[in-house]
Amino acid sequence: MNYKQKRILKHAFLIVFTLLMLYPVIWLFLGSVKANHEIFTPGNIFPSEWLWSNYKKGWNAIPGYTFGNFFINSFKISILIVIGSVFSTTLAAYAFARLEFPLKNFLFTVLMATLMLPQQVLLVPRYVLYSRLGWVNSYKALTVPAFAAQFSGAFFIYLLVQFIRGIPRELDEAAVVDGCSQFRIFWNIIMPNCKPAIFSVALFAFMWSWDDFLNQLLYINDVGKYTVSLGLRLFLDNAAAVSWGSLFAMSILSLVPVVTIFFLAQNFFVEGIATTGVKG
Amino acid sequence: MKIISRKKGPLINRDHLTAYLFLAPWLIGILFFTLWPFITSFIMSLQETNLFSTKFVGLDNYRALLSDRRFIKSLKVTIKFVVISVPLKLSFALFIAMLLKDKIKGVNFFRSALYLPSLIGTSVAVAAMWTQLFGPSGLINDILGIFGIQGKSWIANPKTALYVLVILVVWQFGSSMVIFLSGLKNIPVSLYEAAEIDGANKIQSFFYVTLPMLSPIILFNLILQTIGSFQTFTQAYIITKGGPINETLFMVLYIYNKAFTASEMGYASALSWVLLFVILIVTGLIYWTSKYWVYYES
Repeated sequence: MNYKQKRILKHAFLIVFTLLMLYPVIWLFLGSVKANHEIFTPGNIFPSEWLWSNYKKGWNAIPGYTFGNFFINSFKISILIVIGSVFSTTLAAYAFARLEFPLKNFLFTVLMATLMLPQQVLLVPRYVLYSRLGWVNSYKALTVPAFAAQFSGAFFIYLLVQFIRGIPRELDEAAVVDGCSQFRIFWNIIMPNCKPAIFSVALFAFMWSWDDFLNQLLYINDVGKYTVSLGLRLFLDNAAAVSWGSLFAMSILSLVPVVTIFFLAQNFFVEGIATTGVKG
Repeated sequence: MKIISRKKGPLINRDHLTAYLFLAPWLIGILFFTLWPFITSFIMSLQETNLFSTKFVGLDNYRALLSDRRFIKSLKVTIKFVVISVPLKLSFALFIAMLLKDKIKGVNFFRSALYLPSLIGTSVAVAAMWTQLFGPSGLINDILGIFGIQGKSWIANPKTALYVLVILVVWQFGSSMVIFLSGLKNIPVSLYEAAEIDGANKIQSFFYVTLPMLSPIILFNLILQTIGSFQTFTQAYIITKGGPINETLFMVLYIYNKAFTASEMGYASALSWVLLFVILIVTGLIYWTSKYWVYYES
């Protein structure tokens, strides 16, 4: 086999493989516009009639609420978590990357330890703590910890610290000579220079909070406060009686925000900028 | 070159105060939302707690674990799941990364498309989809039907349920793939050229150049994915609900059931500590073996 044949073979393999990997999502989408019986009939890839009404049915499937409510709730939580994470992790990262203070090494070790600490281990005691604070069945248990850098905060701080260390120190030293305060340096020099890293923190905070299920399951009880994930779960539990097509339709809609963000910022992810802060 | 020299002064000076001001949100968070729960978790594991009362029982919860058959089962299936899914996922990620490392037509499309599952994989929507794919009349059985094989529900079968979840996790190989890709790019071309001059073929240069040079990244991915895999919850909760006959009762799911369905918070805390220790031991073992297979350039 010569070089050209090999290349064609490799290409063909990749195309088939990628299609195979994406097929479940394509199947989900096509299922969202099919009638119930057609989804589970072998051989029908495309619907005989495109039933867009599944989307309308799914939207109103939970009595008394629409998926619009769930989407608004999910957006509220995710946006608060993004704001809180960016606020708290950039401040801490600046201190670790640029400032000197007592116990710095010890605290950095603590940070690295929490990076490895499995969050699920804290499931029970956190629940007890938040219920004592009266945070159960409100968004506080989900969002307040983000303002204290406890929503994947260790990972975000680590990412930002690595990035800030790459910014030339001459920039801040010049500012010190000009009499800038530490806060001015942080705000006017460091923040503008680490936009890509801040962008990564915001992206991950949004996507991880959007897809989070366990915490939402624990801390939200009222259907009126449900997020998209919880709404879908409720729908899934009753789906035997309802149409699968409309469940698939809502599943597709629930993926739209994350998938849209991904495609808008795809180079950011696939070139490793999002995880390492540098183009690799 | 130091431009300004700091005046010697009291132990905590203004600069230190400023630094702690920057750290304040994180410090508060670490103390109240991580350290405090961490300590109370241990105290709770020594207590028998239910909705109405709390009483100190020493190590009774841990002793009870030893004779809890569901716990033993849970530990077994969790470890089995990690041991099967993580190496599979990483081999997949590395194999595809090798195919995508060179400039080929549409390489960005392939990378993006293959990365996507790792972003949406833990969502309820994908879990719902998986339930249907592997259900009695789902897509998988449709395909098998073409070959004349009559499949049953893969989820309700105790022999296959775990593997339905393994496939779901392996499907999300994209994020590891991206990390491998950036590692592959950093291997100097000169090493491959040298290997070629020495008469190495493609397979030899993979084993003698690529793998050693990539080994730190492999270690990183291995530890990251192992810790993540031990914490699998959503997929098992929605797709298999821990069943059939506890075949997919992962540790976190068991902790959840004990704490929030049975209200045995103390017992669930003891379970959490066992999970933490298991993760520590396994990652510790991986780290310990790394000196035999991870190659660091000096």
